[in-house]
Amino acid sequence: MLRYSVKRLLQGLVTVFFIATATFFAMHSVPGDPLASDKALTDRIRANLEAKYGLDQPLMTQYGIFLGNLLQGDFGISYTQENRRVNDIIREHFPVSATLGILAIAFAGLGGVLWGALTALYRNRLPDVLIMLAVILGISVPSFVFAALGQLLLVQVNGALGFSVLPVAGWGTVAHMLVPSLVLGLGTMAYLTRLMRSSMLEIVGSDFVRTAKSKGLPASRIFTHHQLRNAILPVVTVLGPAIAAITTGGFVVEMVFAIPGLGRYFVQAVQQLDYTVIMGTTVFYGAFLVFMVIVVDLLYGWIDPRVRLE
Amino acid sequence: MAETSNLAGEAAFNRSAARQLALFGLAVLIGLVALMWGLNLLASLTATASGASPAVDAANNAITVMLAEEPPQLDSTRSTDQVSGVVLGHVMEGLLRYDDRGELAPGMAEDWRIDEAGATFHLRADALWSDGQPVTAHDFVFAWRQGLDPENASEYAFILYPIKNAEAVNQGRLPVTELGARAVDERTLAVEFERPIAFFDKLTAFSTYFPVREEFYRATEGRFGADADQLLYNGPFKLSSWVHGQSLQLDRNPHYWDQARIRLDRINVAYITSDPNTRLNLFKDEKIVMTGLTAENLTNALEQRWHIHRHMDGSIFYLEFNHRSGRLTRNHNLRKAMILAQDPGELVYKVTKTPGYLPGESLFPRFLEGIRGKFRDQHPAPTYRMDVQAARDHLERARLELGLDAFPPLVLLSSDSPVSNIQTEYFQAVFKKNLGLDIKIDRQIFKQRLAKMTSGDFDLVLAGWGPDYNDPLTYGDLFASWNLNNRGRYSNPEYDRQVRIAQSAMDAPTRMAAFAEMQRIIHEDVVIIPNYERGVAYVTHPRVKGILRRVVGADTDYTYAWIE
Repeated sequence: MLRYSVKRLLQGLVTVFFIATATFFAMHSVPGDPLASDKALTDRIRANLEAKYGLDQPLMTQYGIFLGNLLQGDFGISYTQENRRVNDIIREHFPVSATLGILAIAFAGLGGVLWGALTALYRNRLPDVLIMLAVILGISVPSFVFAALGQLLLVQVNGALGFSVLPVAGWGTVAHMLVPSLVLGLGTMAYLTRLMRSSMLEIVGSDFVRTAKSKGLPASRIFTHHQLRNAILPVVTVLGPAIAAITTGGFVVEMVFAIPGLGRYFVQAVQQLDYTVIMGTTVFYGAFLVFMVIVVDLLYGWIDPRVRLE
Repeated sequence: MAETSNLAGEAAFNRSAARQLALFGLAVLIGLVALMWGLNLLASLTATASGASPAVDAANNAITVMLAEEPPQLDSTRSTDQVSGVVLGHVMEGLLRYDDRGELAPGMAEDWRIDEAGATFHLRADALWSDGQPVTAHDFVFAWRQGLDPENASEYAFILYPIKNAEAVNQGRLPVTELGARAVDERTLAVEFERPIAFFDKLTAFSTYFPVREEFYRATEGRFGADADQLLYNGPFKLSSWVHGQSLQLDRNPHYWDQARIRLDRINVAYITSDPNTRLNLFKDEKIVMTGLTAENLTNALEQRWHIHRHMDGSIFYLEFNHRSGRLTRNHNLRKAMILAQDPGELVYKVTKTPGYLPGESLFPRFLEGIRGKFRDQHPAPTYRMDVQAARDHLERARLELGLDAFPPLVLLSSDSPVSNIQTEYFQAVFKKNLGLDIKIDRQIFKQRLAKMTSGDFDLVLAGWGPDYNDPLTYGDLFASWNLNNRGRYSNPEYDRQVRIAQSAMDAPTRMAAFAEMQRIIHEDVVIIPNYERGVAYVTHPRVKGILRRVVGADTDYTYAWIE
C-alpha cells in the first residue's frame, strides 16, 4: 500500500512536469503579444517590460528559469495585475473555488447515489421516468443556462416575497453558496444518477444478491451492504476527475454569481495572454487533478477489498 | 402461486429498501447541513460577506455598487484601465479636479497660474493624506518622476510629456532629476513646459498626475497600490478594505479638505462581474444602485418601466486603413470607393442596433467643446452620402491606377467581440454587394489584434479610440505621423503641421481652426471610415441622486451622489 502510494505520487510528479512543459511551449506559440495594450509602447518601455518578465531571454532560457522557479514553488508576478504574485492569486482564490467545488461535489455525489438508487428501485415506474427525464436535461443543458435560470428564479422569488430569501450574487456566507454550487454540481449529479442506476440494476440480478436473499438476510441489510456498496464503485471511479472538473470548471458560474474564484483568473489569463498566471493556474490545477485521481484510486482499495493495490 | 409470492417478496423488499434509502437521504441532508455550516465558518474566517447590504442603506448613508472587473492595481503612476480609473477617481485627487457639473475646479491646488513657459500651483493648507500628513509639492514631483522613470515602465508616461525634459527622461536620455517640475517649497509647485500648451490644467486632473508620497511608496517595496493598506489616499474617500475579485469598501476620508461637498459616508463595491445579466438581476433585486444596459436586456428594462438614461462615453469606432507602402489601401480611390459604398447610419440603426450609439461622422466626437459651444456645432463634419455608382467609378479608377485585373481579397482585422462580429459581417456584405470586393475577416483575440495592428498585418482594421483628456487633441494627434498609436501609419506633412499648431498654440481660435482642418483632411483623404460614437444606456436607483457619468475621469462617479 505504502509502496504503491509512493510510486503513484512519483508518477504524478512526472505527469505534472509534462503538463508544465507542454503548457509552457504551447502558450509561447499562441499568436499574440502579452505586452500589447490599447496604448502603443515606446521601445524603451517595451524593453523594460520585457526585461521585467524575462521575455528578452531566448525561449529555452526562459524555460530554464521557469523550471528553477517552479522547483521553489514560485510562479512569478502577474502580467495584468502587475503588483500581485501568482502564488497570492492562487492562495486567495483557490479556497473560494474549492469551497464551491466541495459543496457541488457533495450535492452531486450524494444526490447522484440517492436518485440513482431510487430509479433502480422503481425501475420503469413513475419515479424512475420522471427522474430519468430530469437526468437527460441535467446532462444536456450547459451550466451557464442553469446559472442564468437559477439567478433569474432567485430574483423572481425575492421580488415576489418582498425580501431577500437568498442573495442573487456575491460571496461570503453559505447562503451565497447554495444556488451556485447546486448549479455547478447539477451536470455531475445527473451523470452519476445514470451511472448509479445502471450499476444498481446490474447488481440486483447478480449471484451474490440472490445468495444473500436465499440465505434469508433482511432486505435492508442486503440493500445497504450488498447492493449499494457494490453499485457505488463506478461512481467513486468517476468522482476523482469530476472533483477536478468541478473545481476548475466553475468559470461560468463564478462569472454569473460574481464569485471571486480561481476559475475566472484561469480563463481570463488565457484570453489576456498573462503568461505567469496561465502557467501558475495550469500547473496548480494539473497537480490537483493528478492528486485527486491518486486519492480516488487509494479510496477504491478501501471500499472494495477485492482491488489489490500494487 | 410461486410467482405471486415472489412478487409480494419483491414489493416487501422494495418497501424496505425505500425505507433505507429515505434514511440514507436524511443522513445526506444532515451531512450537507453540517458541511455548509463548516464552510460558512471557514468563509467567515477568510472573507467578508458581500451582498449583505441593500443598494441603498439610508441608516448608514451608504450605497452599494458593482464593478465590471477587478482593478488590476491602484498605482496611479502606472494604471491604464477604466476600472482602476473609477476607483482612483474616488480616493485620489490631482491638482485640479472635475466637479459635479463636469467643470474643472480647484483640487489639491487652491490657485494656479499657467503661461506659455510653465505653470505654478499653490497647494491648499488643508490638503492632507489619509494619515493626516500634508500633501506637499514633493509628492507631485515624485509621482511625475515615477510616471516617467523608464524603470517603472508606465504605459501612460506620454501624458506627462508636456513637462520639460519629460520625453527625454522617459527614453532614458536624461536622469529623472532633470524633469522640469520642482517643489519651490512645501506648498508651491513650479512646472516648466517643453513647449507652450493650452490645456495643461485639464491634464492635472488625470490619474497619472496624482500625487504619491515617496517615503510611503518606498515602504511598500514594490507592492504600492496592490492592497488597501498599500496606498495612501488624498481624495474624498479612502479604501477601507479590498478583497480581491470580490469587494472594495470606500469610506469617507475624514482628512479630505472639501467635506461639505461629499454627502455619502460609504460606497460598497460588493460585486465584481462582467456579466451584464447578473448586473441587471442585482439591480432588480435592489442590491446595486446603477447598471448599464445592453441591447439584449434593454427590452427587459423597458418592461420594468424604469427611467433609462443615456450617456455618450466619448469613444469613437472606425475602420482604419493600412497606409503603409505596398498596401492596396494606400490608394486614395480605393479608400474613397469603400467609404462611398457603406452607410454608418445603416450600420448603427439597422445592423448593430445597440442602444445609445450614434452614426460616426468624424474623428472628433460630438461632446468636444469648441469656443463657447460644441466644436462640432461650430465646425460641422463633412460627410459622404452612400453612392454606389460613384463608389464603383472610384473603384475602377483605383483598379487602373494599381494596374490590377481584379482586386485580391482585402484582409479586415477585428477582435472577437459580439459587436465587432456583426460589424465585420456588415462590411463584408456591403463591399461585396456594392463593389464586388472580397473581404477576408481576420478575427483575433484582443492581444493578437493589437500585435497585428502594430506590425501592420492588415488592410483594414476595426479600431476605436477613447479620450485621455478633455481636449480635441486627444483625438487629433492620433494620426500624426510620429504617433505610435497611428497603427495604419498614415503620414501627411500638412496634417502633422496642423497637429503641431494645435499642440503649441495658446489661443482657442487658432487651435479650433487647426482641428477643423484636421477634420477636413481626414475626410478628404479618407484616412478612416467612421462607424459610430459609443453611447451607453443605464438605469439608476430612484432614491440615489447625483450619480455622474463622465467622458474623462471616473465613469461612473459617485463622489457627489446622495440618498433622497
